Amino acid sequence: MTVQHPIPAAPASKIPATLSPGRLLTIENLTVGFNGVRVLRGIDLTLARGEALGVVGESGSGKSVTWLAALGLLPKTAEVSGSVRLDEDELLGLHASRLNRVRGGRVAMIFQDPSSALNPVIRIGRQIGEVLARHQGMSGASVRAEAKRLFDLVGLPDSARRIDAYPHELSGGQNQRVMIAMALAGKPDVLIADEPTTALDATIQAQILDLLTTIRKETGMALVLISHDLGVVSETCERIMVMYAGGIVETAPSNLIFETPRHPYTQGLLAAVPPFEGAVERLVPIEGQVPHPANMPTGCAFAPRCSRHMSECEKIVPPLKSIAAGRASACLAEEGAQAERHSSPIKSMSA
Amino acid sequence: MFRYFIIRILRALLTVALVVTFAFIVLRLSGDPAYSIMGDNASPEALAAFRKEWGLDQPLWNQYLHYFAAIVHGELGQSMRGGGPALDLVLSRIPATLMLTLPALLMKLAIGIPAGIYAALHRDSLIDRAVMVTAVAGYSVPSFVLGLALVQLLAIWLAWLPTGGAGSPLHLILPIVTLGVGGAAVLARFVRSAMLEVLGQPYIRTANAKGIPWTAVVRDHALPNAAIPTVTIVGFMVGNLIAGSVVVESVFSWPGVGNLLVVSVAARDLSVVQCILLLVAAAMVLSNLVVDFLYGFLDPRLSNDNTAGRH
Ligand SMILES: Nc1ncnc2c1ncn2[C@@H]1O[C@H](COP(=O)(O)OP(=O)(O)OP(=O)(O)O)[C@@H](O)[C@H]1O
Ligand code: SF4
Ligand SMILES: [Mg+2]
Repeated sequence: MTVQHPIPAAPASKIPATLSPGRLLTIENLTVGFNGVRVLRGIDLTLARGEALGVVGESGSGKSVTWLAALGLLPKTAEVSGSVRLDEDELLGLHASRLNRVRGGRVAMIFQDPSSALNPVIRIGRQIGEVLARHQGMSGASVRAEAKRLFDLVGLPDSARRIDAYPHELSGGQNQRVMIAMALAGKPDVLIADEPTTALDATIQAQILDLLTTIRKETGMALVLISHDLGVVSETCERIMVMYAGGIVETAPSNLIFETPRHPYTQGLLAAVPPFEGAVERLVPIEGQVPHPANMPTGCAFAPRCSRHMSECEKIVPPLKSIAAGRASACLAEEGAQAERHSSPIKSMSA
Repeated sequence: MFRYFIIRILRALLTVALVVTFAFIVLRLSGDPAYSIMGDNASPEALAAFRKEWGLDQPLWNQYLHYFAAIVHGELGQSMRGGGPALDLVLSRIPATLMLTLPALLMKLAIGIPAGIYAALHRDSLIDRAVMVTAVAGYSVPSFVLGLALVQLLAIWLAWLPTGGAGSPLHLILPIVTLGVGGAAVLARFVRSAMLEVLGQPYIRTANAKGIPWTAVVRDHALPNAAIPTVTIVGFMVGNLIAGSVVVESVFSWPGVGNLLVVSVAARDLSVVQCILLLVAAAMVLSNLVVDFLYGFLDPRLSNDNTAGRH
């Protein structure tokens, strides 16, 4: 995760004007536990039609679990509660046959390692064909024609021949293009991309992100882009959501998150580099460890690593509160945060 | 693809040649055949005549070449006990053995594979636990113990079935069940773990994320992948069709190859023993070859070494 990105002058794209306004996806108090240990501690968020939302946070902060839970993709042993609504339809606890109309159709998801996310013994044309047959009702020759069209759309070279290829015959970047084509095959309202470029090298990474941005502009679908890398998401998304230890600590428009990070954790992510010059996008290590889900602090999860922490931080779990238009932060010291925003709130930096 | 198969075939031939060579060495190391066949009291002249007749006075490499050439021509020597060619004797016993091992193989497949798949799909359920307990039991009880227990129960106490021998379809039941239970248990355990491994793979999550019904995910995405390792163990069972019933044939006095092997070893009828060993090795190698072919067919990653198109 040391790839440098140019600073975007503004978010790369705007919500397409043609879309009907309003909420597409609503998540309320979503919690997930494994073997009685809560790893997701009450997530609330809404996603507007056509919006591009970036989700960042350290490994284990719950970025993947949030969206896997929303789509019912966690193992049966996961304890999931709360509410996930697509328009007005509740997805949690939905019967499998109804859920399967949503998955791969209205909501598509792609994953980190494209080469293992595709079935090694099935030709890619047939893998995308499954989506076309299921969600578009296609069959026979039209499946092949549409598969080729989608492969062309995502820039898979030599698509006519590649339809009959197996995943191991393609590179990682090409496989991710196949995954994206497969996601688009269901004409989704939202694409959830879980670290789609982490396993790819830098140039391919940039190409895939460009592709996602282009597709979003052309189709008007919403995008949830999960990443370790604040730079990656800020280029591609309008809004950023920062997660820490299974909770949301801050959400803000992506340009503002660099200018005025409000939560001490977000500030810590940005603090090692002076703002407004140079590459500010890299996540830098913050002193201390992310608490293990099994022994989460009673109050604010960030308290053990936070220089600004006060006595009540150990007693009260800070709620995610609106602090300005389109911004929210989960910190008890919110009032003081702005004045000190250019000084590091972190006890000491190890980088 | 072609190269893959050519290499496998050459390797199979080499393996057979190695086994033949190994048999030669073992036979030569097991003592001077002149003594073991003519007896210790034979006169030096008789021994010399015997050695001359069988080429044992030739240099070792010469003997080896003759031996090898004979085997290539299917000449595997004469049975000491019965007279007649050893090969004919062994071949005459094969149908009896297959009469046990083939139905037993079907039983293993018909029970082991569905049980393994079911257990994996219902992991940690009561039925999964029951299948696994049964499998471990079936797997760890030696076949002679199981055979004797079945004889005790069904043949002696209940007197529903004959205790041993051949002659009627009823005679087949106990030996087949004895053979099949252990194999079914092995297969169930193996298939279960292969399925669990596959079900945890990212591409299964992708298939679920595509909205494919679970039955189709299992059928189209999980089973073809789980079949790849399973083919190996089934191939082993197929290769074992000739030699896999030695113990059971003895327990049930079944007139098959296994019984012949036991009797021939006891009587030091070495050419028969050697003939059985070679046939068993050939069966193993052949089934391995078939497994390799199936692998190439089931797993495109193996048969296709052309990845030049990627970049
Ligand atoms: N199937 C599972 N069983 C048990 N624990 C799990 C499972 N999946 C995730 N977890 C736990 O849930 C927590 C959140 O995991 P998650 O995968 O959402 O993190 P993440 O933010 O996506 O991290 P990364 O950046 O490494 O992908 C972690 O503590 C993880 O160990
Ligand atoms: S609530 Fe307290 S401990 Fe948590 S981030 Fe804010 S100041 Fe730091
Ligand atoms: Mg993740």
